[in-house]
Amino acid sequence: MTKALDKATADALRAQEKAWEANEVAGFLKKAGETKPAFFTLGDFPVKRTYTAADIADTPLEDIGLPGQYPFTRGPYPTMYRSRNWTMRQIAGFGTAEDTNKRFKFLIAQGQTGISTDFDMPTLMGYDSDHPMSEGEVGREGVAIDTFADMEMMLEGIDLEKISVSLTINPSAWILLAMYICLAEKRGYDLNKISGTVQADILKEFMAQKEFIFPIEPSVRIVRDIITYSAKNLKRYNPINISGYHISEAGSSPLQEAAFTMCNLITYVDEVLKTGIKVDEFAPRLAFFFVCQADFFEEIAKFRALRRVYAKIMKERFGATNPESMRLRFHCQTAAASLTKPQYMNNVMRTSNQALAAVLGGCQSLHTNGYDEAFAIPTEDAMRMALRTQQVIADETNVTQVVDPLGGSYYVESLTTEYEKRIFEIIDEVEKNGGVIKLINDGWFQRHIADFAYETALRKESGEKPCIGVNKYVDGTPDPKIHTHPYDYSTAERQISRTNEVRKNRDNKKHEELLKQLLVVAKDPNQNIMPVSIELIRNGATMGDLVETLKTIWGSYRESPVF
Amino acid sequence: MSQPIRVLLAKVGLDGHDRGVKIVARTLRDAGMDVIYTGLHRTPDEVVNAAVQEDVDILGVSLLSGVQLTVFPKIFKLLEEKGSKDLIIVAGGVMPDEDAEAIKKMGVAEVLLQDTPPAQLVANLKRLVSERGPR
Amino acid sequence: MGEYVPSQDLLPRIDRGETVAIGRLITRAEGDVPEARDALANVYKRSGKAHVIGITGVPGSGKSTLVAAMTAKLVASGKRVGVIAVDPSSPYSGGSILGDRIRMTELANNPNVYIRSMATHGEMGGVARSTLATADILDVAGFDVIIIETVGVGQDEVEIVKASHTTVVVSAPGLGDDIQAIKAGVLEIADMHLVSKCDRPDANKTLTDLKQMLTLNAAKIAQSAWRTPVIGVSSLTGMGLDEFIAALEGHRKISVSSEGDKRRLEIAAFRLEKTAKRMLLEEFDKATGSARAELAHRLSRKEGDPYSFALDLVRSVTQ
Ligand SMILES: Nc1nc2c(ncn2[C@@H]2O[C@H](COP(=O)(O)OP(=O)(O)OP(=O)(O)O)[C@@H](O)[C@H]2O)c(=O)[nH]1
Ligand SMILES: [Mg+2]
Repeated sequence: MTKALDKATADALRAQEKAWEANEVAGFLKKAGETKPAFFTLGDFPVKRTYTAADIADTPLEDIGLPGQYPFTRGPYPTMYRSRNWTMRQIAGFGTAEDTNKRFKFLIAQGQTGISTDFDMPTLMGYDSDHPMSEGEVGREGVAIDTFADMEMMLEGIDLEKISVSLTINPSAWILLAMYICLAEKRGYDLNKISGTVQADILKEFMAQKEFIFPIEPSVRIVRDIITYSAKNLKRYNPINISGYHISEAGSSPLQEAAFTMCNLITYVDEVLKTGIKVDEFAPRLAFFFVCQADFFEEIAKFRALRRVYAKIMKERFGATNPESMRLRFHCQTAAASLTKPQYMNNVMRTSNQALAAVLGGCQSLHTNGYDEAFAIPTEDAMRMALRTQQVIADETNVTQVVDPLGGSYYVESLTTEYEKRIFEIIDEVEKNGGVIKLINDGWFQRHIADFAYETALRKESGEKPCIGVNKYVDGTPDPKIHTHPYDYSTAERQISRTNEVRKNRDNKKHEELLKQLLVVAKDPNQNIMPVSIELIRNGATMGDLVETLKTIWGSYRESPVF
Repeated sequence: MSQPIRVLLAKVGLDGHDRGVKIVARTLRDAGMDVIYTGLHRTPDEVVNAAVQEDVDILGVSLLSGVQLTVFPKIFKLLEEKGSKDLIIVAGGVMPDEDAEAIKKMGVAEVLLQDTPPAQLVANLKRLVSERGPR
Repeated sequence: MGEYVPSQDLLPRIDRGETVAIGRLITRAEGDVPEARDALANVYKRSGKAHVIGITGVPGSGKSTLVAAMTAKLVASGKRVGVIAVDPSSPYSGGSILGDRIRMTELANNPNVYIRSMATHGEMGGVARSTLATADILDVAGFDVIIIETVGVGQDEVEIVKASHTTVVVSAPGLGDDIQAIKAGVLEIADMHLVSKCDRPDANKTLTDLKQMLTLNAAKIAQSAWRTPVIGVSSLTGMGLDEFIAALEGHRKISVSSEGDKRRLEIAAFRLEKTAKRMLLEEFDKATGSARAELAHRLSRKEGDPYSFALDLVRSVTQ
């Protein structure tokens, strides 16, 4: 372990800083005080007036390292954006598969390099479009997918070998993955060559986003099945996108986001290892998804710390030997919760700053939010502007020329190390108290998130947390009228008629048999749920067929909310 | 001693975003109100039945999935069938201005969107109850 | 917007089972609105058909889930069920967040079920008065079984369940203290003990511990026709629920017989005392307001002593 500074130099530097505080700073403060008695990051970390080399004297140089080298603090790859920019991956989806297919093609024509699918609430929750719970929601917040026919239509004419597809879906993720596999097979792709990602991170749903169907144990088992199946059959596919984003959107601090996500990672890896598969066989395809919030340097430090923490967990705790298993790769999205309705055009600047921090933090793909998202789902115009924001950063600012340009910043390095330390502390605390699943049942994570969310609301109210246009620089001028994305009320009808068509034309006898088989597989935790699910989908099953069948044995999850 | 204001908070529809509704629940409790929370994914009939049985002063419906124009007409129809005459209905969440106007026309007393300061929320609800008068 | 409907006018509508009217009279009973007292008196006299069951247990022991599961069973057998779910108020703000309903959503649309949430409001004996008045209202509205769920901590909550016809104490595995009833001081008041969550492997230990504890205590328990059973249940799988419901019915039979006379008298005495004390306090506040301020001034100038001044105040109300 090499220290950045030897003790004598560090002490001398600290003495110099003390003297500076006593002379220059004190003298200045007498003339004009500072705006606040103490300064904090948005995530509540105290910050000093300035940072010196002494502040990173205790960080081993090996922990900082070089890009593409363990522990990957400075980036997962050695050349980063000098070789290839991050994937500009705007999430999209609404209406029927046809509607979304058009939007995808529009975005690709605009220079987008990956796609990410937003599903409507019924699809996310495992309901068919004609289920009573789906009323009014079909194709509204995302695209409606009931059957393989929908999936086929949605990705019609899109080259899956060039454009990687991310499926942003959780409790019903395995069904969408089954559809994707059926599509790849039908188009004759080599399954071990197709890339893409499915979110399938159920633990954060119980903690934060609250999209769940089954109780925790069977839900985690499904995730395990997705990961092990993919490790054997879809070698280039990311079978999970372990996500902090939604934890943050539910109101957590950036530290909680980072730490809870790492706790979830550990839980999944433990579950998969129990099946007997080796860590290096699946860990290289574990992917992550984080938010980029407003506190510029804090977010960069968070990303850098996460890479370091992940590398250490995989190597030291799980004994990974393949460096691919230790490289944290992440998708990033700017913070939707930071967007405001008043003076909504300010959202463009907010998003731009957050996007820049994501890039300086070394993300692998990025979604920038539309300025109109505090109203409804984004319009084409807002999406174009959001994509252009990324393109301006990529092509005009030159921040992409140097890998980890903030590496070596006393402040950023010191905050990175602080984040690392605190993340490990929280991981320890969670384990000491019984682990993720027990603590979800106890409402522990939920309570921590709710507390930070409530505090944030109070800070916004008091003005301690400024929010331009909301609690500061509020002006009376009305905002230009916004045209929100319209909802087409014929969507449900169009969607349901295709679903009925599929139901009519399938081999119903085989369908019933397969559903019975699904129950047999589900009841035996040693079996994998993917193969029979793929069979069902290929034979024309709807999502609801699978979900409702499984509910008969697994039941539904009902949360005990904490406040 | 006057009774605390009773509020039923409901998440209607399939979205599970409960950050806002939880902040509201805490804010109202801390302002001395009795808050009944129905949990996620409720249907209009469940919400109306609960509101009537609980005889709340205020029914607060939070939704972020855009279903306001499907949900509120149902709620008002059900309330009429039940013969509930003085329930105050407020909406919260994310919705376009046109929709907020539309549901106000149907009888929603107030649309409290994201970023409504807690103190203002409390003041608004207290005002609505005092305008209604004793019941 | 709304107009005030006189409480007497609500009565025929309550008899017809109109939810809006039932809900409103309960609100007035809870608020102890003087205008409603005559109507409530009428209700009291006509009540007495329903079986009132009090269920208590530490937080998280599975009471609400159990209430939902047993209610579903009772309703399926043709009963109409009223549920009164009591949660504590915040000691800081006096407000509350009442979440028991979340566990009972399957019942939300059932016309034979009425669920009412209530906060304790930290007023001594207040909640006992409101829950019992609410039970009367539900009784005359035609509900056959009325279940009162309270958290088994605090004097008030224990009093409520004591004032019901059948008192059920729930213990759960895995909540730390093995026999939570002891800690909560409610071991003795139980007419039956339930161990919830018996789908869990650790439930067996809780069951055995509890049974053992009851044998040790048996000496203290007076001879009666009723033997306090210990029943293991799971609201998830439905295990033990039939046995539980049969036990409830068995206890109801005993409580309506002459064995139940003593209990009925105790409940009446309890209610009389609570109501009288409440009225007395009200009278005291009304009658002594100005005199109190005056006496306080004099007391602070040491023109008298607290004992004799207080006695003067009390006498001014009681004479
Ligand atoms: N395994 C299992 N869990 C149960 C059962 N009944 C309840 N639970 C769980 O226990 C927790 C608490 O259940 P509740 O019904 O809310 O308990 P409660 O006693 O009403 O809680 P409070 O009202 O907060 O005092 C929940 O997470 C339930 O899912 C059961 O029969 N089996
Ligand atoms: Mg409860």
